Amino acid sequence: MAKDVAVIGVGQTYFVRGYEGSIRELAFEAFREAAQDAGITQKNIGASIFCSAPEYDKQRSPAGVLAEYLGLIPQPTFYIETVCSSSSSGVKVAYSMIKAGLHDVVAVVGFQKMSEITSAESQERMGRGADIQWEAPFGTMMPAYYALYAQAYMAKNGLTLDDLMKVRVKAATYGQINERAVYRKGVKPEDFDPNNPEAKMAGPVASPLRVGDCCANADGASCVILANAEKAKAFSKKPVWIMGIGAASEAVNMAARPDFAKGLSVGYGAAAEAYKMAGVTAKDIKVAEVHDCFTIAEIMAYEGLGFAKPGDGKALIQAKETYKEGRIPVNVDGGLLSKGHPIGATGGSQIRTIVLQLRGEAGPMQVKDPDIGLVHNVGGVGLYGNVTIFGR
Amino acid sequence: MGFEKFGRRSFTAMTKTAKFVDLLAEGKVEGSACKKCGAKFFPPRADCAACFSKEMDWYDVPKKGTLETFTTAQYAPFGFEADPPYTMGVVNFGEGPKLFARLAKDIKIEDIKIGMDVTVRPLKYEDGQISFEIIKA
Repeated sequence: MAKDVAVIGVGQTYFVRGYEGSIRELAFEAFREAAQDAGITQKNIGASIFCSAPEYDKQRSPAGVLAEYLGLIPQPTFYIETVCSSSSSGVKVAYSMIKAGLHDVVAVVGFQKMSEITSAESQERMGRGADIQWEAPFGTMMPAYYALYAQAYMAKNGLTLDDLMKVRVKAATYGQINERAVYRKGVKPEDFDPNNPEAKMAGPVASPLRVGDCCANADGASCVILANAEKAKAFSKKPVWIMGIGAASEAVNMAARPDFAKGLSVGYGAAAEAYKMAGVTAKDIKVAEVHDCFTIAEIMAYEGLGFAKPGDGKALIQAKETYKEGRIPVNVDGGLLSKGHPIGATGGSQIRTIVLQLRGEAGPMQVKDPDIGLVHNVGGVGLYGNVTIFGR
Repeated sequence: MGFEKFGRRSFTAMTKTAKFVDLLAEGKVEGSACKKCGAKFFPPRADCAACFSKEMDWYDVPKKGTLETFTTAQYAPFGFEADPPYTMGVVNFGEGPKLFARLAKDIKIEDIKIGMDVTVRPLKYEDGQISFEIIKA
C-alpha cells in the first residue's frame, strides 16, 4: 500500500436543524476538532480548501472569510464545489497538492447552513443544481430526479418499497447511536404504512419515493486534515492513508442518461478507478460510507461499488449484510438519511466516519477491526461521483 | 423572442438555441443536428461537441417513443407551488437522444406505466409560457 498522503485529523459538528450561529462559526467548530485531533495548530497547515454548495447562505467567495476566521491566513485558500460531493472533491485536490509537493499539510473544510432558507427554496436551489436551461423549467427537484431512477430500477430488478423501507430502518438504527446525527429517532416498518395517516414516513413525495426515503436536511460542517508521509508520521500515532481516489462525471440532462434501471454511472466509474489505484477489490472493503441521499441511492451504490451484482442490491439489505455485523457494513453512522446531509459537509463527514472506524475509535458504531474502508460521495443526480479508499 | 418564455418558469434569458421556442409556437418540437458530422442533440445545442462545428440544423424529434421512466411530484420547488401533482418522465425513441418533459395533465396518474407508447407535443400555458409535453401515442 502506498503511504504518501494520510488523514491526520478529522472533525465534524453536530448535524442540526437551525444552527445558532453563522457559517464561519459552524466551520470553526469542525476545524478546531480536526486540528486538536491532529495535535497541530494553524502554523502547521500550508493551505486550506473550503467546500459547499452555493446559494444557501449569502456569502460570496466564502474561502477568504472562513480562512480568516479559522486563523488560516496568510496561507493560500480557495473554494471547491461539486454540490453534494464538494468536500470529497476538496480532499482529492488536497491529495494532489500534497503529492505534487506544493504543501506538506492541507485542511479541507466542508460546510453548509441549509436552514438559512425554506425547504421549498432549498428544493429550488437543488433543482438548479441540475440543468437550469432545459430541465429546471419543468419544476424539477432532487427527490423527483432520484425517483426517475427508482421507478425504472424497481420495475426492472424487482426491488420493492419494502426493500427501500429496510434501508431507512437500517439508517435509523445507527442514527439512534450517533450523537451527532440530526435524526435520532428509530424507524419501524409500520412508520411506512400507507394506510395509516399517522405514519410519519409514508407520505408520497415523488413516486415511488416517500418521506422516509429522503435524507434529512441539516446544518453542519466537517474538516479533514491531510499530510504527506513525513508530517503524518511526525504528528500522528494513527495515520489513515489514502489508498485510492476515483472520480467521474455524467451528462447533466436526463435525456442523455444511458440506463435508468442500472443506476448512476458515476458510481461504477469512480469505483473502478479507485479500486485500480488502491490495488484492491470490493471484497477487501471492510466498512463503507455510501451516498444515501435517498434509499434507492444506497441500493444503486451497492452495485456500483461491486458489493452486489447489478440488479441484486436488494439481497444485501434483505439479509442485513450491510448492518454492522454483516459482510459489508454500510453507513453505520446513520448515513445521509439519519445522520443528515449538510451538502458541502457530507463528504468530509463520511471520511471522518471511515477514519474513526479504521482507528478503532468509532464508539458504539465500531465495526470489528476494519483495515480498509471506502467513501462513496455523489454530487447532484449522479452528476459527479467520488470514491475514496482508505487504509491504516 | 428570448428564452424567458420557455417552460413553466425559465431561468435562462438568452441562448443561441432560442429559436426552439419559436418552433414550439409553430407547433414543432425540434432538436439540433450538426451539418458537418450529423450528430443529433436533444435538447438542442448551438455547438457540436462531436466535431466542434457551430453549424447546426433543426430536426423534428421522432413521433413515436416509449416511456422509459417517470415520477409524480407531490411537492414543488419555490416558484412552482401551484402545479403539483405533476408527472415528469423520460421518452426513449429507440435510438438517438431521449427527451425529458412533464406528462400531459389529462393522463390519469394510475394509467402511467413504464414502456407505454407516447409522443410529444408543444404546450402553451395561460400566462404565455411555452413548453412541450409527453402525451399518450
